[in-house]
Amino acid sequence: MATQPVEIGHGHEAHDAHGHHEQSFFQKYLWSTDHKMIAMQYLFTGMALALVGGFFSYVFRMQMAFPGADVPLWGYVTPTQYNSLITNHGAIMIFWVAMPVLIAAFGNYLIPLMLGADDMVFPKLNRLSYQIFLLSAIVLLASFFVEGGGFGGAWTMYPPLASKAEYNLTPLGSTLFVAAVGLEFAAFLMGGINFVTTAMNSRAPGMKMYDIPMVVWMIVIASILFMASVGPLLAGAIMLIFDQTIGTAFFDPNRGGDPILWQHLFWFFGHPEVYVVLLPAIGIVAEIITTFARKKLFAYKTVLYTAFATGVLSFTVWAHHQFVAGIDPRMANVFTVTTLLISVPIAEMLFVYIATLFGGSITLSTPMLWALGFISTFLIGGVTGIFLGASGSDIYLHDTYFVLAHFHYTFYPIAIIGTFAGLTYWFPKMFGRHMNETLGKIHFWITIVTFNLIFLPLFLTGAAGDHRRIFNHQNFPDLNTPYLNFLREFATIALVVMLIAQFIFIYNFLYSIFRGEKAEKNPWKANTLEWTADSPPPHGNWKPSELPSVYRGPYEYSTPGRSDDYWPQHVPN
Amino acid sequence: MSARPIATTRSMAGMPTGRLAVWWVIASEIVIFGGLLGSYVMHRLAHDAFAEQAAHTSTAIGAFNTFVLLTSSLFAVLGHKAAEEGDGPRAARMLYLTAGGGLIFACVKAFEWTMEISKGYTITSSTFWSFYYTAAGLHALHVIAGVIIMLIVAQTAKRNLELHRVELIGLYWHFVDVVWIFLFPLLYIAK
Amino acid sequence: MADHALHHPTPHDEDHAYEAHTHHGNYVKIWAILLVLLFISILGPELEIRVVTLITAFGIAVVKAYMVAKHFMHITVAPRYVSYLVITMLVFMVLFFAGTSPDVMKLEGLRWEKPSWIEANRSFAEHGPAGAHH
Repeated sequence: MATQPVEIGHGHEAHDAHGHHEQSFFQKYLWSTDHKMIAMQYLFTGMALALVGGFFSYVFRMQMAFPGADVPLWGYVTPTQYNSLITNHGAIMIFWVAMPVLIAAFGNYLIPLMLGADDMVFPKLNRLSYQIFLLSAIVLLASFFVEGGGFGGAWTMYPPLASKAEYNLTPLGSTLFVAAVGLEFAAFLMGGINFVTTAMNSRAPGMKMYDIPMVVWMIVIASILFMASVGPLLAGAIMLIFDQTIGTAFFDPNRGGDPILWQHLFWFFGHPEVYVVLLPAIGIVAEIITTFARKKLFAYKTVLYTAFATGVLSFTVWAHHQFVAGIDPRMANVFTVTTLLISVPIAEMLFVYIATLFGGSITLSTPMLWALGFISTFLIGGVTGIFLGASGSDIYLHDTYFVLAHFHYTFYPIAIIGTFAGLTYWFPKMFGRHMNETLGKIHFWITIVTFNLIFLPLFLTGAAGDHRRIFNHQNFPDLNTPYLNFLREFATIALVVMLIAQFIFIYNFLYSIFRGEKAEKNPWKANTLEWTADSPPPHGNWKPSELPSVYRGPYEYSTPGRSDDYWPQHVPN
Repeated sequence: MSARPIATTRSMAGMPTGRLAVWWVIASEIVIFGGLLGSYVMHRLAHDAFAEQAAHTSTAIGAFNTFVLLTSSLFAVLGHKAAEEGDGPRAARMLYLTAGGGLIFACVKAFEWTMEISKGYTITSSTFWSFYYTAAGLHALHVIAGVIIMLIVAQTAKRNLELHRVELIGLYWHFVDVVWIFLFPLLYIAK
Repeated sequence: MADHALHHPTPHDEDHAYEAHTHHGNYVKIWAILLVLLFISILGPELEIRVVTLITAFGIAVVKAYMVAKHFMHITVAPRYVSYLVITMLVFMVLFFAGTSPDVMKLEGLRWEKPSWIEANRSFAEHGPAGAHH
């Protein structure tokens, strides 16, 4: 790679020699160490897997609404297939969509640009992390085609269902599933180290702690949370694979093990994980609302410190997922208190965002619509979590569709709404062109309305007693009422409409990459450093002699006494 | 030598990027081993029958391996000292000695496991042995990975290049040593 | 205001400060102390007094780990946040233990039991150490 001559006229041999030379397709697209290209690789892989996960949800929702009927594009859904569909839908959406898009894609793309750096500090490690991630995705997809099919023991992989082939009926699929998850963890550990080191060390001259854009902080804190929480589960995954393959009994109480140990190992990670995906989305929203309200973030330090607090507290709440698993009731009391407590800092962040919007000069562009959509839907998700965090009410609601609606009102805003917000906002920078605003708005409205129409009914069916992970609710007379059946069908039809509407986005996205109206450097008139680079930025982001320095915070909008309503970070005065 | 981004040369956090990264690696490894060993300790404290199996591990071999790793850590830090003084060839020699220690550790472990398996203590014999082989095995994997990286670093250091890497692999190696410092009493001392 | 942008520490500066702190003299001495501690930690359990075993085996492990961290890894010379990072990870491990052990360390509960654990304890109490030759 370093055998090509150095660029003439720069003399800075730290700058990668590729800049002015024609790279082969392989070098440029498949073997690149450029953070922007790696970000695109993560983005496109994540989006492709979102289509897979979304398709799975279509199939199993059709089964729920019209049990036993042939599902168009699939056929008859067998119980084993059903289990496999719901398991892989969950795992794909969390591990292979939310994480790669929100953390790896946006993190890789934005962190060097927003910090005024020419790349991540370890570009080759970056490339390796993507390759391991891709391998994990391939292993997961392979699990669908082996004998027995894909794993069907829920994304939570509880033993003994997950450890014994006689129960899960997928001897190969279950091991491939756990292996895929383990590989994905390894990829994100590597990526996380890159992000944290780059953010700590490679900031532009003059960029102090409180000058760092919130989305960068959030992605870094998320990476730290991930690194601190995934360890026990990685150990647990090794133990589970051994139980599955060589007959150890780590989780078998008949032979010296304990299945509850797995649950603790899993959820000790599982709960911080939801904040790992939440924080980047919240960071994206911060960038958008400040830009499109032309207003400073209401309380930067408060948001930052509540993010830290959320991160730390997130390690103290995990067993609220295990209230009815037979855990020590005294521990259940402890975890109820901590869980209810953690709603406070998160609510605080959302209040700060609302205060930021208040009195702002608001433009309802597509990114802003998505950001507002995030705030409103995530609020509902957060509030409904309170019922589940209190162990008493959770005894009734656990494993019902109430839980499912709660976490879709949190995960969907995070993974889908947050992603659309970020993509529509940074699209001009990434691709040098604009997306079509009209199509963007149509896509937004259909998506947000249908999203609510899918999951609001599910709160009702859950409260009425619909259990999760049941192949056919009509086998339960109390649940086989016209009212509940109607709600299930309604939700499913809303899902079908929502999925079809995503084609509007796909068309808009792909068309605009090639034929969109050309974008200048700073179409939104924002302050942060990425908007000073070309759209799209070249390899190295800026000329080495033009790397920006920073003179102020990232949200100096509408400063009194200035003629412009924004004050970029890199401008000396 | 490959081109590095300008980003790598900055150090706003007060530490060179390589060293910072290795500390983050160590931090994430603490929780991996912590989860595994924490689970082991729970089993061990909960019932004596479990703990009793630890009497069948060979304290002598464990102690010898502890000695080997402590000594290899000494060589690693002496290598760091040589690297800081700019003496690449000496740093490389120290790293070779460290790697040698790692290999001795691995060989002794292989011998030890062979002995235990032939006595009937396999990974599925009981939960104690499952933890024993898994924890010591995970550790041994880290030892072997460390040896490989160390040899690569030594090759470059010999020519007085990339000397900062000597300290970095040394840091990782000390961490591997610390994990064993805890594994030894946990797995070998039974009373 | 204009020049605060330009003063940032370089790795070169850091290394000089770092070198000034790390005395490279005492490593063999530290190693010798570690070996003595190892020796004590092996002998301690021979006395078969539980508290002594705990202190010599595990207490000494903690001391040895600290010595390696301080003298070989130079953690006390590195910026403070490194120590905080390591301590935080250890605290999380304590947290994990605290939240999990009430369940994992129990052999039976209100409506459940771990049959093999109960059986193992019973047989250990009756027959003494099992040979595990199978």
